[in-house]
Amino acid sequence: MTPTLGRRLGQAGTVGALAVAVAAPWLTDPYTTSLLARTLVLGLVGVSVALLTGIAGLPTLGQTGPYAAGAYAGAVVGLHVSPVGVVQVLVGAAAGALFGALTVPLVVYARGVVVLMITLAIGELTVTAASRWRSVTGGTDGLAGMPAVQPVWGMGVLDSDRARYLYILIVVAVVVAVVLTVLRTPAGLLLRASRDDEARMRASGHRVTGYFAVAFVAAGALAGIAGSLLVTAQQYVSPADFGFEVSALLLLGVVIGGATSVGGAIAGTALVLAVRDWFAGLLPGQAPLLLGGLFVVTAYLFPRGVAGFSAGVATLLRTRTRRGTARPDPGGPGEGPVPALAAPVRGGRAHRGPGAGT
Amino acid sequence: MTGHAAPLTDSVDPYLIPALDGVAYGLLLFVAASGLVLCFGVANILNLAHGTLYAIGAYTVAALTDGGWGTLALALVVGVAVGAGAGGLLAGLLAPVARRDHLTQALLTFGVALAGGAVLVAVFGPDNLPVRIPPSLEGTVEVAGHRYAAYRLVFIGVAALIAAVLALVVARTRVGMLVRATVDDADMVACLGVNPARIRLGVLAVAGGLAGAAGVLGAPIIGPAPTTADTVLLLSLVVVVLGGLGSVRGTLLAALAVGEIQTLGVALAPAVAPFLLFAAMAVVLAVRARGLRARWPRLRPRWGGAA
Repeated sequence: MTPTLGRRLGQAGTVGALAVAVAAPWLTDPYTTSLLARTLVLGLVGVSVALLTGIAGLPTLGQTGPYAAGAYAGAVVGLHVSPVGVVQVLVGAAAGALFGALTVPLVVYARGVVVLMITLAIGELTVTAASRWRSVTGGTDGLAGMPAVQPVWGMGVLDSDRARYLYILIVVAVVVAVVLTVLRTPAGLLLRASRDDEARMRASGHRVTGYFAVAFVAAGALAGIAGSLLVTAQQYVSPADFGFEVSALLLLGVVIGGATSVGGAIAGTALVLAVRDWFAGLLPGQAPLLLGGLFVVTAYLFPRGVAGFSAGVATLLRTRTRRGTARPDPGGPGEGPVPALAAPVRGGRAHRGPGAGT
Repeated sequence: MTGHAAPLTDSVDPYLIPALDGVAYGLLLFVAASGLVLCFGVANILNLAHGTLYAIGAYTVAALTDGGWGTLALALVVGVAVGAGAGGLLAGLLAPVARRDHLTQALLTFGVALAGGAVLVAVFGPDNLPVRIPPSLEGTVEVAGHRYAAYRLVFIGVAALIAAVLALVVARTRVGMLVRATVDDADMVACLGVNPARIRLGVLAVAGGLAGAAGVLGAPIIGPAPTTADTVLLLSLVVVVLGGLGSVRGTLLAALAVGEIQTLGVALAPAVAPFLLFAAMAVVLAVRARGLRARWPRLRPRWGGAA
């Protein structure tokens, strides 16, 4: 397959997926539409997870933190200040970015599994704080009774599942387009290069820590936007929306989606949520058991996601004569999921490219 | 002197019991977190199923004890054995992905935690189970003019003993030497002829046993419930991060600090209680930022040495 053909196919797939996404509320019932709206919201959080995990190489289990910050900020604004959607989205983004900026010193100096650990602690502490800070968050009861959202000044309110879904689809599409555009600029390249070979980037005079800090704050803003959209989607918010299971599901979705791809993150998250809901309908009460099995099976089958899996197979086919490991060369941008993770944190065993001096 | 001291004791007095509770809580967290830090430091695995291993111990004691000493001892043996067995099982599950990235291993252990939690709820039901302790420990004892639960006082002693034994084993024995060597350079240890797979199995089993023991002994403090695994995992993680990811002394200090924050902190400043753990993490990481910056990327946790 030639690269141009591959790109055309990818574009066609994106256009097709968008068309289906726009048509979806007319093809299904309102309940499914509201589920799809929530899926879109979590897909956007998935993008923020993929930005950190795959593209910056900082694996995170804590994006529920800024997600929660954005949700509560959006909810408080919706309840007391303004029903205008744009305002809520901007406030959510600001809250998520602020959360990211406050927690970035805890994260940015760590790498690899330590980041997982710290972000997990941050995410869980946020949930704990949210369930105890009753005066603002309503505690475990959550915040309800949000007035219907008005997308921009002068427009009618969103009073149906279909309208809310379409509004969320538009916001998510715009945000994802912005993310993709930014990732194509040198900024995205710098981030990937910092992930792939931090030592060489430092030696070239790049402020890698600064890049990671910016990426972390930006990912916080994305999650914050998703949080404010969650409030629009379900008109209710409680700490249960940000539990540990949500973080893990997001990470699983992002890994299945190939970790480095923005579209893959959305698709993977949607797949994982669909499977979870399917399990819940299939065997009520047994969903966690089946879901746990799914995690284990995924870890065995797709260690670097479906995209990484196919990339690995391709590399294996191309270099069959070389030594057996199907580890893709961490050279090309965009592919080769998370070499920064694959490289052991401790010394030794680090088969990295030539000149990867540490 | 006494005239001056009396108001001081009066102002300290109401906080004595929460402070003592904090020590008990902190030592419990230390026993739980030491297993996690062992997994992480030696095998380089973020074991998200660690809280579930604690829950297994807690459910064991709830199921086996009838209030007698014999059944408590039996529960301790069974809890440690089941915890160690579950840890070994986890090592077996992790073996095929041992060479893959941390993300895969974390996802795998989370899947095990999810499934294990579901199995525990299916077997023991969704309610918080009561834990019966021997009648002689049920009462209270006099501590500096206050009545204090006897069990917690005994627990403090037992947990301190476990902590001391653990520190001695790591610092003084051949096994401890091997553990410290693996933390420093796993490949060199492998070159010396020690099978890394066996080290991983041993470490996960010992970590599971520690979590099981913590679950059995700590059940009257953090009891068996569907949320137990999450609570213990979160608090252990905070302890491990605060403790500097590897030193026994650091983990112990962090565990005691978290225990005090969760008890004394809540008693002193209930308004900001939800954020105290956050604040503690921020303060410790800020104070040590320079040291951490130099240390974390290389990850050389020091066991038994100076924190």
